[in-house]
Amino acid sequence: MSAAPAEGPPAAIRVSKLTKSYDDVLAVNRLSFSVPEGTTAALLGGNGAGKTTTISMILGLLLPTRGRISVLGIDMLKRRYDALPRMNFSSPYVDLPKRLSARENLMVYARLYGLRRPARRIGELAEELDLTAFMNRPSGTLSAGQRTRLALAKALLNEPDVLLLDEPTASLDPDTGDRIRTYLEAYRDTRRATILLASHNMAEVERLCSRVMMMRAGRIVDEGSPAELIRRYGRANLEDVFLDIARDRRRADRGSERPGPERTGPERTGPERTGRAA
Amino acid sequence: MSADAKLAGTKGPAAAWRRMQAMVLRYVYLYRGSWPRILELAYWPTLQMIMWGFLTIFLASKSGFFVQAAGVLIAAVLLWDVLFRSSLGVSLSFLEEMWSRNLGHIFVSPLRPGEFVAALTLMSLIRVLIGIVPASLLAIWLYAYSIFDMGLPLIAFFANLQVMGWSFGLIVCGLLMRYGLGAESIAWFAIFAIAPFSAIYYPLSVMPDWLQWIAGVLPSTHVFEGMRSVLVEKTFRTDLLINAVALNAAYLSAAVAVFLRFFRSARERGLILQIGE
Repeated sequence: MSAAPAEGPPAAIRVSKLTKSYDDVLAVNRLSFSVPEGTTAALLGGNGAGKTTTISMILGLLLPTRGRISVLGIDMLKRRYDALPRMNFSSPYVDLPKRLSARENLMVYARLYGLRRPARRIGELAEELDLTAFMNRPSGTLSAGQRTRLALAKALLNEPDVLLLDEPTASLDPDTGDRIRTYLEAYRDTRRATILLASHNMAEVERLCSRVMMMRAGRIVDEGSPAELIRRYGRANLEDVFLDIARDRRRADRGSERPGPERTGPERTGPERTGRAA
Repeated sequence: MSADAKLAGTKGPAAAWRRMQAMVLRYVYLYRGSWPRILELAYWPTLQMIMWGFLTIFLASKSGFFVQAAGVLIAAVLLWDVLFRSSLGVSLSFLEEMWSRNLGHIFVSPLRPGEFVAALTLMSLIRVLIGIVPASLLAIWLYAYSIFDMGLPLIAFFANLQVMGWSFGLIVCGLLMRYGLGAESIAWFAIFAIAPFSAIYYPLSVMPDWLQWIAGVLPSTHVFEGMRSVLVEKTFRTDLLINAVALNAAYLSAAVAVFLRFFRSARERGLILQIGE
């Protein structure tokens, strides 16, 4: 397990030997990691690598077969409802009711999270995320990009200490995507919030994340900062590193760029590391 | 200002009540913006009442029983609709969340499953009142029959049928969580399975003995028997009320347990994020 450095900030998210199996399918296999408070980390991997399963288990939407999860020091398997008011999430795979307007949707969730002044917070977010012009339109009539921003506004309503984001800038044009990334960086820094995201946008991950965990077949097969991973794999960018890992081209095959023996640990020594070489 | 300071308390009955209100607000917004949904609430109860009202007039001209027990069919129709609408009110509100693929957001909010259940039942009550009250008032105008003349017993009958409808609705929600939208039609037909055994339009005594035993375990049977007792014999039977309340307590406890078990099963199987169209 990779714990936060002893002298660093405490872990806001800590996952230990997390396993999820469905009958004979092992979706997540003894996954262990932690995300220090006030940082952004990413789970990367191809389709079916176990990213969404992991995020779902952290949120409590999915019960693990084995393992432990704590968020903000709270055991999510025993006291989930103590942590949920301080968390939130957004995903393009979960919608908000389409017949409700953007404002109505935000009002419902503002009340579910118990905001004291919901109208004020909704107004702030509408302005910051450029939603003002269509707050009274039914959510189902919004463009994909507008819906993504609305989902993000919902995720930020309660000013969460821990934010889990699945594809946070999916469907956004480059300009809006850039502004959202800037917003998330500022939010994290001012609130000292912790963000865990799953994304296929490598440029986004390089910019936002101090730590990247590469997943394949339900395991973390490598991790480090984006710069470390790029250097370790001898590649020009994170996208190429992603392809190397997704296609099981081991670091050993990268010749002199191969890192030293520091990359050890149970979650990195599974069978997928003994697979075919590219 | 910190986020904590911006949030009201998240524990205790007041916070739970706020979250339930938030869910009711969600449905109020939905109905406010959809006139077909509002129309549907009152449409069938009104139509049924009109048809059975004319049938009552016809039968009263042919049978002394219907002269003596004025309105027994109209009352039965309206009370059956309380049961049907109550069940549908729970399951349709839940289906709205499935259709909109919103359950993932709901179940990561601080809303607890028990509060969600309470919000569904509250919404069911509101839907029933919107559907039944106009039909009942129309019966006064059309047939000079007021179901409200039953007085206090009406409240007892209404409450028991409402609670029984919640129980059925919650079990349907559990099945929907487990089997997805493929099981959607269960919401519409499940409650009709008990209609022949509930002694809605005919007394329990017309059924064969073995069927009476089955009918006896349904709270609705005791309500409709009690209703006929009030309308025909002008007697309120406490024994029937006690039976209905006791059975309903058991049904509702079992239904909540079933709902929570299916909820846990959905979390184990990873179904919540997959639920949708």
